[in-house]
Amino acid sequence: MLVNQFLFLGAVLFCIGVYGVLARRNAVLVLMSIELVLNAVNINLVAFGAMWHATDPANLSGQVFALFVIAVAAAEVGVGLALVLMIYRNRQSIDLDEVDLLKG
Amino acid sequence: MFGLLVAQNIAFYVIAALIVFGALRVVTCKNLVHAALWLVLVLAGVAGQYILLAAEFVAVTQVLVYLGAIVVLFLFGIMLTRAKTGHDLELDNPTPAKVGAGVIGVLLLGVMGYALWDAWRGQELGDIVVQRTAEVSDSLFSTYLLPFEVISVLLLAALIGAIVLARRD
Amino acid sequence: MNLLDKVWIVPAIMAASFLLILFFGKRAGTKATAGLGIAAVSVCLVFSVVVAGQWINRVNHPPTGEKLAEDIRQANGLTPQTPEAVESEANAATHDAGQTVDQGSSSGSEHGAAATGAAEGESAAAPLAATEQPATPTAEGSTSAEGEHGAEHESVPPVVRTVTWFEIGPIHFELGTLVDGLSAMMLVTVCIISLLVHIYSTEYLHGDVRFTHYYAFLSLFTASMLFYVISSNTLQMLVGWELVGLCSFALIGHWWEEKNNTDAALKAFLTNRVGDMGLIIGVTITFFAAGATSFNVLHINEYALSGGANTTLLLVGALCLFGGVTSKSGQFPLHTWLPDAMAGPTPVSALIHAATMVVAGVYLIARLYAVFFQGLGIGSSSLHYVAFIGGFTTVMGGVLAFVQTDLKKVLAYSTISQLGYMVMALGVGAWTAGVFHLFTHAFFKACLFLGAGSVSHACHHTFDMREMGGLRKHMKSTHATFAIASLALAGIVPLAGFWSKDEILAGAQQGQRNAYTLMLVFGLITAFMTAAYMGRAYWMTFWGEYRGHGTPHESPKVITVPLWVLAICAIFLGFLNFPARFFGLELPSGVTTRFEHFVEPTFAFPQIEHPTFTPWLAVLSTVLAVAGIATAYLYFEKNKGPHGLTHRSGAARAGYTFLENKYYLDTLYTDIIAADTKGPLARAAYWFNQNVLDGIVDGAATVSKKVARFVYRDVDQLVVDGVVNGSGLVSEESGQFLRRMQTGKVQQYAAILFAGVVVLAGVLVFVV
Repeated sequence: MLVNQFLFLGAVLFCIGVYGVLARRNAVLVLMSIELVLNAVNINLVAFGAMWHATDPANLSGQVFALFVIAVAAAEVGVGLALVLMIYRNRQSIDLDEVDLLKG
Repeated sequence: MFGLLVAQNIAFYVIAALIVFGALRVVTCKNLVHAALWLVLVLAGVAGQYILLAAEFVAVTQVLVYLGAIVVLFLFGIMLTRAKTGHDLELDNPTPAKVGAGVIGVLLLGVMGYALWDAWRGQELGDIVVQRTAEVSDSLFSTYLLPFEVISVLLLAALIGAIVLARRD
Repeated sequence: MNLLDKVWIVPAIMAASFLLILFFGKRAGTKATAGLGIAAVSVCLVFSVVVAGQWINRVNHPPTGEKLAEDIRQANGLTPQTPEAVESEANAATHDAGQTVDQGSSSGSEHGAAATGAAEGESAAAPLAATEQPATPTAEGSTSAEGEHGAEHESVPPVVRTVTWFEIGPIHFELGTLVDGLSAMMLVTVCIISLLVHIYSTEYLHGDVRFTHYYAFLSLFTASMLFYVISSNTLQMLVGWELVGLCSFALIGHWWEEKNNTDAALKAFLTNRVGDMGLIIGVTITFFAAGATSFNVLHINEYALSGGANTTLLLVGALCLFGGVTSKSGQFPLHTWLPDAMAGPTPVSALIHAATMVVAGVYLIARLYAVFFQGLGIGSSSLHYVAFIGGFTTVMGGVLAFVQTDLKKVLAYSTISQLGYMVMALGVGAWTAGVFHLFTHAFFKACLFLGAGSVSHACHHTFDMREMGGLRKHMKSTHATFAIASLALAGIVPLAGFWSKDEILAGAQQGQRNAYTLMLVFGLITAFMTAAYMGRAYWMTFWGEYRGHGTPHESPKVITVPLWVLAICAIFLGFLNFPARFFGLELPSGVTTRFEHFVEPTFAFPQIEHPTFTPWLAVLSTVLAVAGIATAYLYFEKNKGPHGLTHRSGAARAGYTFLENKYYLDTLYTDIIAADTKGPLARAAYWFNQNVLDGIVDGAATVSKKVARFVYRDVDQLVVDGVVNGSGLVSEESGQFLRRMQTGKVQQYAAILFAGVVVLAGVLVFVV
């Protein structure tokens, strides 16, 4: 198998995720899109990990980093959903275009 | 075209097609719960790809954490924010924003695709050896012990933070 | 204990006091807060006096041999390009207790380590000392106007103690203290005035809602100023400078409920920012001008003097630094914040906007004098930017002081004028005179401000002189001290202001190659005007009938005692620099010019001008001052009406007599004012007075009033403020335009982010 197979899959997934982040208005859906992006990265990590592992059996960095990313993603979703909940509680809506307190 | 490992290649393309289709549904479908269910498909597909890459432990973790925990978390989030279960036109930004997002996504894909093609053209993965869980844990608890501990602290902080944020006071 | 090494304790105490008050002040209550502040300043004052004493001792018994070499090496310190760089690094390490182990020296004791450092550095330091030693005395001897003083000046190196903060390549960033006569003098001055202001404020701000906030910032201000004056390098000075500006902002806006006050605070802060840009650039330029190795002020001075620095760089650096001075020390055209800053509580005005903070700029020039001296060519020029701006400011400030009806604003413009005097003195090369004026001015100006506060305290918190009058009957102590301080400011012999002002004038007259004639004219004009506007303020406030509401009353002791302390200082401090020869009176050299002897930086500084006392100049300036007072008297009484005749004749008599007997001026003047008599000479002079003198006086007054109005309304308010407001307007407009980009929608930002990523990645992938 070629490395590029996996890398292209990751790239496609990443771009779909970016599209979701930009196109969706609902905050929960944006968080889901972020999950897509993180998974795209993980595919890359594991693919590279497998590649290095083939030449150097002691090298497992790819997998280990994928695990770290999964852990961080879990934390991110937890905090992110808590924030969404807060926003919902304060504004009865989780539409992101209504959250514009940063407006100048 | 499929190289030597025909079975793996077929499996890869089938799963990849599923992942891409599922991901597109996640970002386009008009129903929140359906989106979450399509996400399940994507995540399961990714786990399948991990198995193809002989990364069993990551695949299992993916299933446990993502499918088991995160998707459930999303479903809870959807319910707690009382989204309608039917079609909901308010899920997306207005069309100009969507077009802009699409353009950005395609351009990004073009740039990334070219860069990947340019850099890794024809590079083989090599003989894929199963990366055993014991090896992963050895690596995790020796070389990467410190990041591991830091991650655990991060998780604790996230836990506390999420509770503080979400609790009614 | 040698406090010269450990002078960092002084600002540290005040900083600790700030933190304590900030965190526990509210809980501890106002009494404890004020007590803590006062106690901290008192301790600082004691320390400062000890430091000053030890410095005096050091000048009298200069260090010799190994100790001298060590001190010189410390002072020239860390110039890493020189061969002794390794030793000096090692030496810096020994001062850090934690690193003594690396040295492998026998014990961790500070003394032992220092000794080791000295021993190690000896070989490297010896040649340096050898080159340094003969150089300075020769320079002294060749330029000193008076041989007997030049001989007694020895090169006493300042005490410099540094630790390395961090290093970038060969450049050391240090933290350190520098003690010489100048910093010791500033330490004592700041501590005395701060202490008196702390005491005074207990009454003045009694019952204020933000009492603890006020005291916290007083402490922080004192700490910053002390930190500033003992800084050993320009970076540290910059930090202190900014801290001082911050405290000024907080204290001007102390009563922020009124918009005027916050506006004034903002104006002060923003105007100072303008100058601070200059300062930052100046610090950078001087760093590069001095070989780009060290920010150490002594190093910069030495390098500038040695001729190794590029003169153009020094000129630009000096002008940029002067930008900072312009804003902080209220020089034209950035002086506009200072009168507005009177919105703060009066003790703050006294402490910050008269006595200490605003002189930070003057101190900067004095500290980096070599840069200015070489950059502007003070020794070889007859007119240059710094001297001219100083001179111009001093006249301009004086003129503006005439049209103010707010007592504090009169004092504020007077401060501007006097700061201009100091800058001018430094500009013409009269270093000692400028610094000495800084010293004396601090006391009598603080006294005037605190006196104004006391008056306002009595008159229902107004500063409008039109609502005062006749207060001398009600407020005896305030009146007496205000009069003393006014006379000192006007420069009436023998009060403090006379001696310092006279030295400046002498410096301008004899200056470098007798070339600064224009500055002398400026100085003399100001001497006249200072007396006149102080006279006006004094009479409007304390004489005539009371025009306000209620019955004024004398302030309590907490207020009058500081006033008296300052007034006594204003009387006697001038004698510290009693000239060597005063009208044929010659005192032993151990008594005269003590200030010059102890404060002057004889080590690694340019040849400092020592103007001799000039009888005709002293008389002329005194005459002008008295004439100023007389003019004010006339003008004020003329407006007043019925009593005009008497007073006018009295003044006329004074005017007439003073043409004949110039040597008895002040006594005569006092007698006439006090006794209010109409002598026969007055009658004889009446016709002359009515037709000639009166016309001249009235005309002069009218013209000067018109000029003042014009300057105030058209130049100051329209042009200068217009520029300031205009720049604000431009930035506001551009902000309004830019805010449309700021939609607040996170996803739009993200879209821009990703679009940027695409572009950047595209460039990197396809182009590069």
